Amino acid sequence: MPKPEILDPQGKAVSGALSRLGFAGISVRQGKRFELDLEGELTEERLAEVRQAAETLLANTVIETFNVRVEEPPSSSDAEEPAESAEQAELATQAG
Amino acid sequence: MGPKIGVVTFPGSLDDQDALRAIRLCGGEPVPLWHGSDTLDDVQAVILPGGFSYGDYLRCGAISRFAPVMTEVITAANSGMPVLGICNGFQILCEAHLLPGALIRNNVRVFVCTDQDLLVESADTTWTSDFTQGQVITLVLKSGEGGYVADEETVRRLEGEGQIIFRYVNGNPNGSFHDIAGICNERGNVVGLMPHPEHNVDSLTGPSQDGRPIFSSIFSFLSAKV
Repeated sequence: MPKPEILDPQGKAVSGALSRLGFAGISVRQGKRFELDLEGELTEERLAEVRQAAETLLANTVIETFNVRVEEPPSSSDAEEPAESAEQAELATQAG
Repeated sequence: MGPKIGVVTFPGSLDDQDALRAIRLCGGEPVPLWHGSDTLDDVQAVILPGGFSYGDYLRCGAISRFAPVMTEVITAANSGMPVLGICNGFQILCEAHLLPGALIRNNVRVFVCTDQDLLVESADTTWTSDFTQGQVITLVLKSGEGGYVADEETVRRLEGEGQIIFRYVNGNPNGSFHDIAGICNERGNVVGLMPHPEHNVDSLTGPSQDGRPIFSSIFSFLSAKV
């Protein structure tokens, strides 16, 4: 997300549009969400690597903050799931 | 031939040809550099041109900053080579942390394309020595994400150390903190600015030739060094 002290022109434009549509009293700040699918097992090291990736490329920490959230993949017991999907972990990196 | 100045072409660069042309018109030897290259071909200075490298995907300059040639540019800049970033090039320099701060979407929320008045705040860098401090010049400004931001302490340091070299006058077109249009690093060899000096070197295509001193400054600097 854009840091609180950083102006967010996109969020402002969205807030304006909401207000014109009658959704009153809503102030929007707009960020980004990245979904990362990892191959193999999600270890602490792997998670640290993802944080490193977020800090290096996905977010610009001069103007943005980010957090990494681990989400379990949808159950793959379904027979139609390809076998090679292995242990899939979905990570949501919020950056703005 | 004058000094060899390289201009990097990234996928999506637009103003690389104009930058090369400006170097030639002002008396230098333009050297095209490719983003995928791992050498700077013995150039004495590098310009990162304007445009929309990598389609501005992720953030302006965020992907270009990791182009192979940037490893060389960063090493050279840290050892004192003059590097100039114009518009998208300025954004790349910020993403590469060669310059502090960042550039965000214009507060006016529209792409700004105008002949912009600028105050020359510092003639004390390798790229601005042929200007006079306090001079007002006019350069083309054309950008959608030209709002310069940085934390309070950084801006205070830039002000205190004379690292703000161009400031918008007669109106702030994009919401830049402290009307900042261009800055340099502590050493003064790395300069970034949003307006386009390379578009203002020829009376046929621009309202002024106020961009020329940028190029003559670097030529004087490099000639004096030899």
